[in-house]
Amino acid sequence: MTNPDLIRLSDVSLNFGSQSVLQNINLHLHSDCITTLIGPNGAGKSSLVKVLLRLTKPSNGNVWHQKGLRIGYMPQKLHIDSTMPLSVERFLNLPIKHTDRVIDESLDAVGARHLRRASFHELSGGEAQRVLLARALLRDPQLLVLDEPVQGVDVNGQTELYRLISEIRKQRKCSILMVSHDLHLVMASTDHVICLNQHICCSGHPELVTSHPEYLGLFGPAQAASLALYNHQHNHQHDLHGDVVEGQECCGDHHG
Amino acid sequence: MADFLIYALVAGVCVAVVAGPLGAFVVWRRMAYFGDTLAHSALLGVALGIIFDLNLNIAVVLCCVLISIALLAMQRRKWIATDTLLGIMAHSSLSLGLVSVALLDNVRIDLQAYLFGDLLAISPNDLVWILVGSAAVLIILTRLWHPLLAITINEDLAQVEGINVGRYKLALMLLIAMVIAGAMKLVGVLLITSLLIMPAAAARRLSQTPEQMAVFASLIGATAVIGGVALSWNLDTPVGPSVVVAALILFILIFVSPSLIRQGR
Repeated sequence: MTNPDLIRLSDVSLNFGSQSVLQNINLHLHSDCITTLIGPNGAGKSSLVKVLLRLTKPSNGNVWHQKGLRIGYMPQKLHIDSTMPLSVERFLNLPIKHTDRVIDESLDAVGARHLRRASFHELSGGEAQRVLLARALLRDPQLLVLDEPVQGVDVNGQTELYRLISEIRKQRKCSILMVSHDLHLVMASTDHVICLNQHICCSGHPELVTSHPEYLGLFGPAQAASLALYNHQHNHQHDLHGDVVEGQECCGDHHG
Repeated sequence: MADFLIYALVAGVCVAVVAGPLGAFVVWRRMAYFGDTLAHSALLGVALGIIFDLNLNIAVVLCCVLISIALLAMQRRKWIATDTLLGIMAHSSLSLGLVSVALLDNVRIDLQAYLFGDLLAISPNDLVWILVGSAAVLIILTRLWHPLLAITINEDLAQVEGINVGRYKLALMLLIAMVIAGAMKLVGVLLITSLLIMPAAAARRLSQTPEQMAVFASLIGATAVIGGVALSWNLDTPVGPSVVVAALILFILIFVSPSLIRQGR
């Protein structure tokens, strides 16, 4: 049995000028499912997220959203100009005002109630990410989209944030799409992995993906996962147009 | 007190009150150069208004709005860097305005007054325009306040949360254009941006919330206008620069005073 789709992309391509950023992306995001999007720098992960969220119009293909879909979005990094005086509480009350109780609940959910009166500009990296997560939760989302949620957070904080995210998923039964560099940290709580390098290289259940030669080429053995990023190799070749000349897929359900 | 002085004071205070919150957005969104570009294009609006025999206030607002739409469109195309684009537009529109004004044979325009402001320039008719315009801008701004804050914090986030970012950006530009038209006669096109930026920048120091910053900016701006008009009246200095000097003094006082207080303890 499959869960209903929240978002469907069919044959999506994105070009900036003559440069191809995404090619022939087909994917379905189901409800009640954690999907992790991995890939090397410049693979188009953030572009794909923006297309999914309908922030960027694809050059080709279709983006379908379930009717009335509520999305909570956590951008990669939020820079607020320091000339704007802004407390955490005020930030959470935008664009619509919530009751005190609702604000407290959302801050409790991310373990950041003590930050309520703090200035947004004085938050550490990890604290800022928690507050962003709280704002995403305020929309009671069916789908949480987290673009590199642990960026700029120290290692202990990263583990803690990932623990928090799986807890939220358990409690709220919402779907999560997460962009990540480090699959080894999120492996345990991920249902589905999409490995992106402009096109979808391989996708499927994490165990399937991690045993796939292309994944190993991309990320190396698990213990070297974070280093392997910079050692990106493919078992297939790209021709001059960036099309795959030769290659195999671990599970064909998401390849174009 | 002379009538024209009262007109100038009331008009100036109205514009300053409206310029406070809008100036805060200009500072938060780093639109200072953008504001300058719009202000410089106001002179082109005056010239076109005279040529086509339009009401000058409407001509200036129209010209500013058209220029800002053109800017948005070109920014999206990403032909050249935004600051370069703004530099080109600012000085081109100012020069186009100056050249057009010079070509008008049958009309004498006091260029000095349009560039640096004129204490005698506000007619009762202008005053009515400014009062109505300021009230309209304030009402619109209050209604759009929260979505405008949201798009200022992060446009992508606001868009995902269902806010039509493009529409609000356009509204903000329209409001700024109206303030420029209102401030033009009193302060002059070259100095309008300072009326937007300086009070807001000074207010930052005193504020804990965006709303406080907007209100303080209005108060500081109004004080600067009153001070500047007084200076201009008593010492016969050009009114635009006098207002800016008054704003500068307030800005410095506000920035220095907390450290003075700390030293005094």
